[in-house]
Amino acid sequence: MTLDAHRCPNGHVTVPGHPRCPTCGEAQTETLDLTDRVAEVVTWTVSTATPPGVRQPNPLAIVEFDVDGEPVRVVGGLTTDEVAIGDTVEPVYVDELRDPDAGIRHPGSQSWDGYRFDPV
Amino acid sequence: MERVAVVGASMTQFGERDAWIRELLAEAGDACLRDAGVAPDEVEHLYVSNMASGEFEGQSGVMNALAHDLGALGAYTQRVDQTSASGGAGVYAAWQSVASGASEMTLLVGGEKMTDTAPDGVDDTAFATDVIASLTHPVEYKHGVTLPSFAGLTARRYLHEYDAPRASLAHVAVKNHRNGVDNPNAHFRSEIDLETALESPVVADPLRLYDFCPITDGSAALLFCPESVAAEYTEDYVVVSGLAGATDTHVVHERADPTTMRGVVESGADAFEMADRAPEDVDVAELHDMFTILEFLQAEDLGFFEKGRAWEAAMDGVTDRDGALPVNTSGGLKSKGHPLGASGVAQVHELYEQLRGEAGPRQVDADVALACNVGGFGNCVTTTILERP
Repeated sequence: MTLDAHRCPNGHVTVPGHPRCPTCGEAQTETLDLTDRVAEVVTWTVSTATPPGVRQPNPLAIVEFDVDGEPVRVVGGLTTDEVAIGDTVEPVYVDELRDPDAGIRHPGSQSWDGYRFDPV
Repeated sequence: MERVAVVGASMTQFGERDAWIRELLAEAGDACLRDAGVAPDEVEHLYVSNMASGEFEGQSGVMNALAHDLGALGAYTQRVDQTSASGGAGVYAAWQSVASGASEMTLLVGGEKMTDTAPDGVDDTAFATDVIASLTHPVEYKHGVTLPSFAGLTARRYLHEYDAPRASLAHVAVKNHRNGVDNPNAHFRSEIDLETALESPVVADPLRLYDFCPITDGSAALLFCPESVAAEYTEDYVVVSGLAGATDTHVVHERADPTTMRGVVESGADAFEMADRAPEDVDVAELHDMFTILEFLQAEDLGFFEKGRAWEAAMDGVTDRDGALPVNTSGGLKSKGHPLGASGVAQVHELYEQLRGEAGPRQVDADVALACNVGGFGNCVTTTILERP
């Protein structure tokens, strides 16, 4: 899989995508691959009280990509807890982010792979 | 449109209870009817605020169970779920039922059973955290994002952006624990000092154990009727003068400003407009301090303080019980506990007692009171303004 952003005809971009753009209500029509881009850490935490099937501790961040001048934020795990606001990170693929069989959500209801962020 | 009055209120002991959801709801509902001297067959609408009885204990259909257990058969009944804001949403539903003329007597009961609900071999706190985290979007859930981790992410950004010291958050915990000492129904009734809060174990850096509410069982109830007949039940009724609900993004990172809760801004502004009141008119407030940082965000987004300044107010004692704007005289979710569906109802229970002068050692001088109940991480919000008639 790729880390995809979704754009509507009015230029609003979101990750994840939605049936209609949350800003203007138009359908999102374009997909942008963020996999090979870098982002900046907006904020981060290290969660120590994690739910069943989640790594402990679990460093997490909200990061911001610049997509043609439009800021686009994404949440994801970090590969390290050695990070600061403003650091540059890049996406790294992980095939199973948490144990799909251990939590309350039905394993078949969603995907479990995705991207964590690694300081550049 | 006729104004809606609250003529009865109750809450159970909050804490680790042996009772399950049916018993908790019935305990609060029965006590509320007794408080107002209303017979069960007078109840025309019965709302139950509850987030997750199915997930916690495998009991669905709790509204019908309660109607039967209270002897309110024949009443229209409905379960109201807005996650952590189910209680506030229940207040909204109850108000609508009376304001519209559909019901002349509406009972609202909010409750949640959370402790000792995990399957064998699963930690109780981890299980409850996962039940609550199930409200998140799949792109959040897959990363193990929890509500406490949203609080950690937001708190770090807030402290960074507004140059607030971490100790300001501990002031919220210390204050709300102090208030909880005087609430006989609170889960925790013990004072803590700043050092204890600041040195407690890290849960979601920079937030520590005492920045979080406990996992709690409990229930609370309110009885609503038209103001024109309220005096038949009590001379000391309270009026719902303003209320409004609003939503924010489901995906939390899509918000333009991580330190602003749009649902709080919009529901607060609409509630003030309906009540023809302004933030400076409010004498006492119950805010949704599921995490200490949330007390700052709501106090700012409701207009009590400028953006980025609520932390100073907390450190200066403005929100203490003897301050200019007492916040969470009940002890808040932090000390009273947060049985999800019960919390928004229990907030109004506290304000009902404050406005009637029945809050005992917690009593403050109040004619206008506000409750803000937040679901998810600001995803759904209801703000309610209550006044003496």
